[in-house]
Amino acid sequence: MTPLLEFALNAGVVVVAIAVVLCAWRLLAGPEVPDRILALDTLYMNMVALIILIDIRWDNELLFEAALMVAMMGFVSTVALARYLTRGDVIE
Amino acid sequence: MRELLENLAAIMILLASFFLLVGAIGLARFPDFYMRLHAPTKASTLGVGGVLIASMMVTFAHGRPGVAELLITLFVFVTAPVSANLMAQAALHLRLRSKAPIPADAIPQDRKL
Repeated sequence: MTPLLEFALNAGVVVVAIAVVLCAWRLLAGPEVPDRILALDTLYMNMVALIILIDIRWDNELLFEAALMVAMMGFVSTVALARYLTRGDVIE
Repeated sequence: MRELLENLAAIMILLASFFLLVGAIGLARFPDFYMRLHAPTKASTLGVGGVLIASMMVTFAHGRPGVAELLITLFVFVTAPVSANLMAQAALHLRLRSKAPIPADAIPQDRKL
């Protein structure tokens, strides 16, 4: 692992963590319900990126399944919450 | 070759984390839901795609072809517009107000059609 890659991984983890904190603030403070759903969706995306960065940092391939699961869960939960707000029911 | 790929992946990671940070700042700072929908759905998708492409570069530099990252990239790029569309539909259904200025050629609201 070259020093540039190591620096980029450390800086990337810090920057993505700041992004996660901003999304969590919007999740707690969002004035309307769609704001909170949007914050959750962005939080899931940032967590996928964070898991991948930590996976590159630890130099193994154990966490890709975890990232795939988080991405799928994020999409399904966003769709379910948006459908619930629109139709009042998830599955008709 | 290996060091070149790893340095390219490092630059890609820096760019991608910058885009993720831009998306999160837009989510936290914009005044309105419809404006807030812009920042994460575009910038954060690009950021996640960049991180996953960097991960593919690193695994390729270590001699292992990475297919799982490509799967996650395709999944994120396909599902992000769908979920954004559904959230916009929910916001329109709840009749959230927009803070954007009314365009100059808009029909006045007090006129009966």
